[in-house]
Amino acid sequence: MNIATILEMAAEAFGDRTALVSGATRMTYAELRIAAQRAAMAIRASRARYVALLDVNSPAAPVAIFGAAYAGVPYVPLNYRLTHAEVNELVERIAPAYLVAGADYRALLQPRDDVQVVQREAFLALPDLGQALPEPEEDPRAVAVQLFTSGTTGKPKAAILRHENLMSYIVGTVEFGAAAEDDAVLVTVPPYHIAGISAVLSSTYACRRMVQLDGFDAAAWLHACRAEHVSNVFLVPTMLGRIVDHLMERGEAAALPALRAVAYGGGKMPLSTIQRAMALLPQVDFTNAYGLTETSSTIAVLGPDDHRAAAASEDPLVRKRLASVGRATGAVEIAIRDDDGKPLGTNQPGLVYVRGGQVSGEYLSLGSALDGDGWFCTRDRGYLDEEGYLFLEGRADDVIVRGGENISPGEIEEILLGHPAVADAAVVAVPDEQWGEGVGAVVVLKENARASVAELQDLVKQHLRSSRVPQTIVFRDALPYNELGKVLRRVIRQELSASQVPA
Amino acid sequence: MAVALKAGAKLKSAVCDTQLMVVKAPAGEYQLSCGGVEMLVGTATAAEGLKLDPSQAGGTLIGKRYVDAEEKIEMLCTKGGQGSLVLNGVAMQVKQAKQLPSSD
Repeated sequence: MNIATILEMAAEAFGDRTALVSGATRMTYAELRIAAQRAAMAIRASRARYVALLDVNSPAAPVAIFGAAYAGVPYVPLNYRLTHAEVNELVERIAPAYLVAGADYRALLQPRDDVQVVQREAFLALPDLGQALPEPEEDPRAVAVQLFTSGTTGKPKAAILRHENLMSYIVGTVEFGAAAEDDAVLVTVPPYHIAGISAVLSSTYACRRMVQLDGFDAAAWLHACRAEHVSNVFLVPTMLGRIVDHLMERGEAAALPALRAVAYGGGKMPLSTIQRAMALLPQVDFTNAYGLTETSSTIAVLGPDDHRAAAASEDPLVRKRLASVGRATGAVEIAIRDDDGKPLGTNQPGLVYVRGGQVSGEYLSLGSALDGDGWFCTRDRGYLDEEGYLFLEGRADDVIVRGGENISPGEIEEILLGHPAVADAAVVAVPDEQWGEGVGAVVVLKENARASVAELQDLVKQHLRSSRVPQTIVFRDALPYNELGKVLRRVIRQELSASQVPA
Repeated sequence: MAVALKAGAKLKSAVCDTQLMVVKAPAGEYQLSCGGVEMLVGTATAAEGLKLDPSQAGGTLIGKRYVDAEEKIEMLCTKGGQGSLVLNGVAMQVKQAKQLPSSD
């Protein structure tokens, strides 16, 4: 079992179909296979232990993913937004390595004898050595991809995904060759993110043309969608928000007749954003995908029918599902347990657990985080409703423990966001002498809008228990987000804690 | 001769182009044939003179998943061919895919 099989099958069945469009570069699936096999020969000759990529989206990403697989060496995409010191620390951990770098990122690297640095252009123009490639390794337990987590606490952890995890995900959730001849997916997530990996594997298995953008801005995204007649896209919530804002500010029509499906994930989608997007793009199928690095990507989906049913329903229970991440895909099981690991019933919030072949739940040198029955604790909090729809309440580590009571920031944020003057809000724990932790909120007001602290506290009090009312509310121009649209709660927590020190 | 099927293992037909990858299979020994002739595991090569049985020529399709009646055993066809797949004397069925919306 080897993920190179995915490309083998695509090249076998649809070799002439365009696999990849990146600027002026176009490659068919047959050409992608040749490029990956040549890369594998070069990787083998280098005797590297890892294949790394330090670059934005380009054809080098899929060539490196499959080239590493053919060569039987783990693929490690690195975050090109890291500092010089951070990048070299990670390179140290994967040496000896074969490292493909974009011209803009090469300067980040400290030269080392045990790391062969190859420029992207050279990597994509490797010569034919005239030798037959040895059959790829078939050990299902071999590591296919290693991803360094963002390391918000301490050193970045190396999550490992084995060939069996990724193949289980792809075979379990994608139909081979399902894409129509004209279909195209626009890939905007960076290659070092799990969604960047799964985009390549899913698109190749569906035999869908991938159109790559090397960065995101709304105008470039709209242009690429129109120019390449893009049918499918994946977006993180901030990206969808910016596209919606861009269209509304300009009073511009979407003008995306080829676009059929928008998938989104990677963070909490504000209800107002998805509702506006559905109104702007009524013909488009929206799908919310929930997944983690450790689960080889998607484990739950809220599909197009769910979106439409929720938007059209009078039943508050059905309407509410627009804020859920949908139901477990057929490839995994999802369960909710309490802090002691005991199973909980429907509508009871607790920790989200997942089980299935695609779940790796494993870190290099830390071992497996799966329990004896194969369940992985995601550290996300949430609950399942009567129909199995999963509602997330945030990371377990973000829960505020006020006098022994667990408070999820999500429900308070939702109330704050319901105020007409509030554009954005984040709720975090603040130190409290009496309760251990208290509730603090950072609120961003809409332009020229006003709301007082007392007014917002009253609003929360009307809907939730008094323990949920933020004792501290501060106003800011914007919340800190990472490049993928995840709000940086740790930064907010630190700032609020610091501002609480008595004068 | 019976073979043990392990998840991830590759098999190929002795008489046509069919290639399979085992997606899942409970531990045990199985009789698996394609085109009326036993399939080859891994890098094994076919004996001389074997021919496809014309009554076993329903064909396999790349990308289809083949299962037994209880869906306990599942194989992915990684290369299509002319033969039909028979497991322990029973023809294997194409697994009906549950179409998921594209999520990435």
